[in-house]
Amino acid sequence: MSERILEVEDLAVSIPVSAGLLRPVQGISLHVDRGETLCIVGESGCGKSLTSLAIMDLLPKKAKRTANHIRLAGEELGDAGERVMSDIRGNRMSMIFQEPMTSLNPAYTVGNQLAEALKRHKNVSDAEARDRAIYLLEKVGITAAASRLGQYPHQLSGGLRQRVMIAMALMCGPDLIIADEPTTALDVTIQAQILHLLAELQREFDMGLVLITHDLGVVARIADRVSVMYAGQIVEAGSAEQIFTSPAHPYTRGLLECIPVPGKTRPGERLGAIPGIVPSLIGDMPGCHFASRCPLAHGACNTAQVALQDASDSGHAYRCVLPASETGTVDFKGAA
Amino acid sequence: MLIYAVKRFGIAILVALTVSVLSFSMIYLSGDPAIALAGEGASQEDIENVRRVYGFDRPIIFQYVDWLLNALSGNLGHSNYLKSDVASVIFERLPTTMILGACALGFALILSIPLGVLAAIRPNSLIDRIALTIAVIGQAMPSFWFALTLILWFSITWRLLPITGTGSWLNFIMPSIALGYYVTPAVMRLTRAGMMEVLSSDYIRTARAKGLRPATVLFKHALRNAIIPVVSLAAVQFGFMLGGSIVIETIFAINGLGFLAWESIQRADLPMMQAIVLVLSVFYIVLTFLADMLNAFLDPRIRVS
Ligand SMILES: Nc1ncnc2c1ncn2[C@@H]1O[C@H](COP(=O)(O)OP(=O)(O)OP(=O)(O)O)[C@@H](O)[C@H]1O
Ligand SMILES: [Mg+2]
Repeated sequence: MSERILEVEDLAVSIPVSAGLLRPVQGISLHVDRGETLCIVGESGCGKSLTSLAIMDLLPKKAKRTANHIRLAGEELGDAGERVMSDIRGNRMSMIFQEPMTSLNPAYTVGNQLAEALKRHKNVSDAEARDRAIYLLEKVGITAAASRLGQYPHQLSGGLRQRVMIAMALMCGPDLIIADEPTTALDVTIQAQILHLLAELQREFDMGLVLITHDLGVVARIADRVSVMYAGQIVEAGSAEQIFTSPAHPYTRGLLECIPVPGKTRPGERLGAIPGIVPSLIGDMPGCHFASRCPLAHGACNTAQVALQDASDSGHAYRCVLPASETGTVDFKGAA
Repeated sequence: MLIYAVKRFGIAILVALTVSVLSFSMIYLSGDPAIALAGEGASQEDIENVRRVYGFDRPIIFQYVDWLLNALSGNLGHSNYLKSDVASVIFERLPTTMILGACALGFALILSIPLGVLAAIRPNSLIDRIALTIAVIGQAMPSFWFALTLILWFSITWRLLPITGTGSWLNFIMPSIALGYYVTPAVMRLTRAGMMEVLSSDYIRTARAKGLRPATVLFKHALRNAIIPVVSLAAVQFGFMLGGSIVIETIFAINGLGFLAWESIQRADLPMMQAIVLVLSVFYIVLTFLADMLNAFLDPRIRVS
């Protein structure tokens, strides 16, 4: 068995807001091995960013985090203080953000910001830091890398800035990269390039990669395993193969029906849509979070505590009261 | 950057010209300058003489150009009251005012920037409230009243500091505080607002995600950006303080430009007043220009385009 890089068990985040206690992340468990890509998918607002920030311990001040375990390469970080975490961040575990346009400091050159990431954690000279920066800028596909070091963020396009962010995440040779929708803010043509690049670098440097996205097409191409999130919970987790060929949760099925599949969806064929809206995450919510939008929901769904249960295959779990054989009857096509 | 500098410079020149016109026309504010110059009880003939000698009979545009060329070559006119060259009096007094302004600005920055930063790091904390109180009081309290209060405490009650004069550096303490306190609120609030905004920005999150130490995040990444608008404000406030020192210099009998202005107003010494207005305005324009340049230097988005 390969090395387990990240293991998260029962992670929860709560934020006090004026209307009450918001619980955007409720008991997330996930794990990533070395050389593996885990994709977290789910619609906007389901808590993907907060999950990744919670793992990095970068939540906003007022947010509170609890977890049974957050282990990085076996080391427990769930109760680690800011000192320990700051030694780990950017060093053994890096993050790439959703907003490349604003994620670099406008006051410093690219070279300065890259070198700083390395010099904080490793005892290297300026020249070594510079060499490493040039090496990685070339790795992420930036031409004339040496001359880019002296440029300021505002002189670079969004795609280039995100490449710089990726290079920055790699400076210390981390075990794990968490990429939170790294392409959402970019042109469609550049999106594919950046994702391809991430997948390639993950293989080359043999890291664990957590890729957050709501683009299922991307997931199909690069994920080893997939966790589907809905309203603060993981509703289904399994290998990419399991999720795409035998989805067990009605929400996952709904998601898959919403995207056209090349070679399968015929022209003119109707795509699905999931009716209704995401429930509010303020306060406690008994029962299944998806019940209000689920065509298969019945009385028990609104009250029962729904736990993750194993589907037929190993490593495939879903959060539903129904056996996997029965959720297959769900149909979202009529709803559109 | 060069284009930016040239543009700013052009604007500065235009403003300076406008100011010079205003300050030139001051001579005509009190009516016929020839009558004023000739003095009380002068005969019609004397007045006509003065008019001819001073050139007040020529078209006004010639008078202005003449006056401007003179001013540019350092000849700011002649004070009839002091019987002396205006420029030499002004440049004798100017350093005192500059020292006072610099000390006041230094006091204001040393007090307000750390307070603003602390208030931004812990919004709504005790330190934030204290800072807010200082700001409100500073904005509400007239500087002459604050100056008198200082004198009452430090000179009369406790006998720690001299009230008037410019003999030693001790003389500058109270005037600097009284003058500088006035600009503290603005600088502090701007620092606080700037820091709050910057601290919640994405690049601060990036800096923390790199594992940088809190001090590096705060000073290198946050303050460096938040301070840019504060620099321009400080430069502009320095200009205000040179003008605003009239009240403070008068209270503490400091022999600076402000005191001179007050004396000249009392003596109706028009050429002197005219020259002071011109010098202070030009100073202000130069400061604004320098602030723009400093701004560009600090902000790569302006410097490198
Ligand atoms: N600082 C905050 N204060 C209050 N609520 C917040 C805060 N940050 C996020 N939330 C709320 O928490 C929920 C989850 O947010 P999160 O950013 O994790 O969503 P997401 O899955 O990343 O969505 P997206 O795909 O749009 O990025 C949202 O409803 C959001 O409004
Ligand atoms: Mg997000």
